[in-house]
Amino acid sequence: MKRKQPISTGSEWTFELLERYDSEIAKSAQKFGLDTYPNQIEVISSEQMMDAYSSVGMPLNYHHWSFGKQFVSTQQNYQRGHMGLAYEIVINSSPCIAYLMEENTMTMQALVIAHACYGHNSFFKGNYLFQTWTNASAIIDYLLFAKHYIAKCEERHGIEEVEKLLDSCHALMNYGVNRYKRPSPISAEEEKKRQETRTEILQQQVNELWDTIPKSADADDTVERQKRFPAEPEENLLYFLEKNAPLLEPWQREVIRIVRKVAQYFYPQKQTQVMNEGWACFWHYTLLHDLYDQGLVTDGFMMEFLHSHSSVVYQPPFDSPYFSGINPYTLGYHMMQDLRRICEKPSDEDREWFPEIAGSDWQETLQDAMNNYKDESFIQQFLSPNMMRELHLFSIVDDEREKNLLVSAIHNESGFIEIRRSLAEQYNLGSREPNIQVWDVNVRGDRALTLRHFQHNNKPLGDSTDEMLKHVHRLWGFDVHLESLRGDEVMKTYHCPPPAPSDAA
Amino acid sequence: MSYIIDRRLNGKNKSSVNRQRFLRRYRKHIRRAVSESVKQRSITDLDSGSEITIPKGDISEPVFHHGPGGVNTRILPGNKEFVPGDQIQRPQGGGGGGSGSGASDSGEGMDDFTFQINRDEFLEYLFEDLELPHMVKKQLHDSGDYKLTQAGFTNEGTPERLNIIRSLRSAHARRIALSGSTRRTIRLLKAEQQQLIEQPETDERNQRLAEIEQELKTLKGKLSKLPFLDTFDLKYNNLIRTPIPSSKAVMFCVMDVSGSMTQSVKDIAKRFFLLLYLFLKRAYKQIDVVFIRHHTQAKEVDEEEFFYSRETGGTIVSSAIAMTADVIADRYPPSQWNIYVAQASDGDNWDGDSATCRELLVNRIMPLVQYYSYVEITTGEHQNLWYEYEKIRSEFPDFFAMENIESAADIYPVFRELFARREEQGV
Repeated sequence: MKRKQPISTGSEWTFELLERYDSEIAKSAQKFGLDTYPNQIEVISSEQMMDAYSSVGMPLNYHHWSFGKQFVSTQQNYQRGHMGLAYEIVINSSPCIAYLMEENTMTMQALVIAHACYGHNSFFKGNYLFQTWTNASAIIDYLLFAKHYIAKCEERHGIEEVEKLLDSCHALMNYGVNRYKRPSPISAEEEKKRQETRTEILQQQVNELWDTIPKSADADDTVERQKRFPAEPEENLLYFLEKNAPLLEPWQREVIRIVRKVAQYFYPQKQTQVMNEGWACFWHYTLLHDLYDQGLVTDGFMMEFLHSHSSVVYQPPFDSPYFSGINPYTLGYHMMQDLRRICEKPSDEDREWFPEIAGSDWQETLQDAMNNYKDESFIQQFLSPNMMRELHLFSIVDDEREKNLLVSAIHNESGFIEIRRSLAEQYNLGSREPNIQVWDVNVRGDRALTLRHFQHNNKPLGDSTDEMLKHVHRLWGFDVHLESLRGDEVMKTYHCPPPAPSDAA
Repeated sequence: MSYIIDRRLNGKNKSSVNRQRFLRRYRKHIRRAVSESVKQRSITDLDSGSEITIPKGDISEPVFHHGPGGVNTRILPGNKEFVPGDQIQRPQGGGGGGSGSGASDSGEGMDDFTFQINRDEFLEYLFEDLELPHMVKKQLHDSGDYKLTQAGFTNEGTPERLNIIRSLRSAHARRIALSGSTRRTIRLLKAEQQQLIEQPETDERNQRLAEIEQELKTLKGKLSKLPFLDTFDLKYNNLIRTPIPSSKAVMFCVMDVSGSMTQSVKDIAKRFFLLLYLFLKRAYKQIDVVFIRHHTQAKEVDEEEFFYSRETGGTIVSSAIAMTADVIADRYPPSQWNIYVAQASDGDNWDGDSATCRELLVNRIMPLVQYYSYVEITTGEHQNLWYEYEKIRSEFPDFFAMENIESAADIYPVFRELFARREEQGV
């Protein structure tokens, strides 16, 4: 191949150069068949980056003190030099918005363009979770709608009132998503239209539920009592509260709904961290090497790029002071590279473990993995013995009934399967967060709400539980009980408000 | 397809609202941190921003999470020598060492949450809810501030002050006035025309009708030539500067610099006055401050000398009080000024002078001032000056305050006590 002239040689970037790099990377990406949303690349200063950080990366959001807290701590850490800012933030929207910091060198900007605008972007567009659960073209409008709506509530009901409500909603945000049922896509337009009619109807339904006028004689009542409400346990606590909490005003239900929708929007990102970052790292590596092969970038460019790349995908060992869990970039990136290797140069071991994909077309295989998996299933499916050996993975079991920790498996023939299963489990959101569901409401009596926690591997609830029940209580408005179950046995109960001492005795 | 956008010129303080919300929510904590920090500061850096520390537990946002216990399985990288079946001692104290410790997200340690507030915010928290007591509006002129108020309309002015309604109204009036006779003639002619049309046709009549037609035409032409808007119709809003009423106030800072005041006591006194001075400068723009220092003789000095010069000698407190009274008589007529005095001393005074002080105060000063505050910086027994002042306090309980400072840590609490905002009491 005829080598072209390098696009640039210095480290300074200009807008013309950004455009040229972007178009070259785009060509290269197209060659590899990456399908992306249109890109909107925004150059911002470090202060603006801190702003973007603190509103969970969204270009706009409603106001809340917790974002201020986030901002203040980012600012403190950054100004003290305790941490650098990320080079980029990318938003799952269409057009896909990526922020570049003006301080970056040309190399870093090119790296970020390849990573965010073609890596993450194609992941957002292609992965099944994002496709089913988020609506990229509507999110910005929706956030704008949410921001205005909450500002209006603040005007009408006071900042403090709204803040308290948001505090409680944020606390329960992880329990505001539908894990299995596909939600209806969000749209600011429709939301506004529906709002008015909905508020009235909703209130009516709630009132029906709490209609306390006795319907007939006592005989009926016992039958009624045996029926549980809700008929099926509900895992989406915010949804349940929005629809059924007796005392909430219509605007409060709307605010809960907004938090719920935002939580739902971020839910796929939480489930695909390893894959998403791995995919983006794999592609910035591949795309920039492609530019290098064409002669479009210099050796110096590659040195700087590789230096930065290797520090991003570095995994400190478990006994290093820098260790803070498995680095999702490392795991994801290496798994993607490994997958390509299995396709291109399969070993006998690979043929045994992955008969379907060993020797297949690597682009198709990777594309398929990206489209149809999330972290948990991706690891379960594609973590190869080779990878486990390379990362020296081992498994530790900490059982409170035993005196010592046990090394249950290491990266050898007999341990591969167990390690793969345990690692996949580690990325299962369902077991990472306590499994808490709405169990029962005492419809006929004191309207108390009972939640149930189903212990996973006998793990009890943490020390914030009483605090959390206060938040549930604020939304529900009546007594709240939480039962923590191991199997069918109730291990511990929590109450808000706490039972009076005389009752306990 | 990519768009590249330069956003660097967009606003960068998107988070300021959220930051304000955060500060407001933790107001109590910040106030506590500010008063802690002011105790530790030296005299020179009282006037700067501050680091605020809040215990992490107070600002955490709770979520449901797993507690310690149960069966936790964790996959870790970087195995060196372990083989399956190895037993490892459970590390003590939770998260240390990287191994063990379940997936709890509360294991972050109990670090404090630290952040920075700037000088303005610091001073705002420092002087929150403080004020000079009994301030009354005495005289309104001579305040530097003006505001523009509407005062009628003028015929001349700048285009942005054009009053459209007034201008059009006056144009309308002019048009009515100038066209009056013409329109009257038109009316008469039209009536005649009507009459003639009803008469039987004759030459005379036809001729007259043609004449009328002609005349009406010229008259209408004349009417249409009247300008719709003339320069002379234009009316402008007239704005005049009116002084904003503000109260004039003067603060006398009276400090003892005699030999009995040790360096540390002087330092405390200076810090007290510096605090006072910062407060006055911040909260009351139009305020005079008079610095008086004394040993056996009193001397009026400027800010620089008051805070930084070293001079010493015996103690006659009455000299300073007499001087204060003289300056008031000289330059600050109580009819126009709110007068405040803050005095600091170690309580040491030449025997027999304390009674003079009391007399001077009761006769020459207390009737004139809004508020007199005295701080005594001593760890020992009170001397006669304190007891004489106590008599004054019982005589003027609302207008005379005295406090004792023992160490630098007391300065700020005492200061707050002296100048706390209080319920309105009739003066």
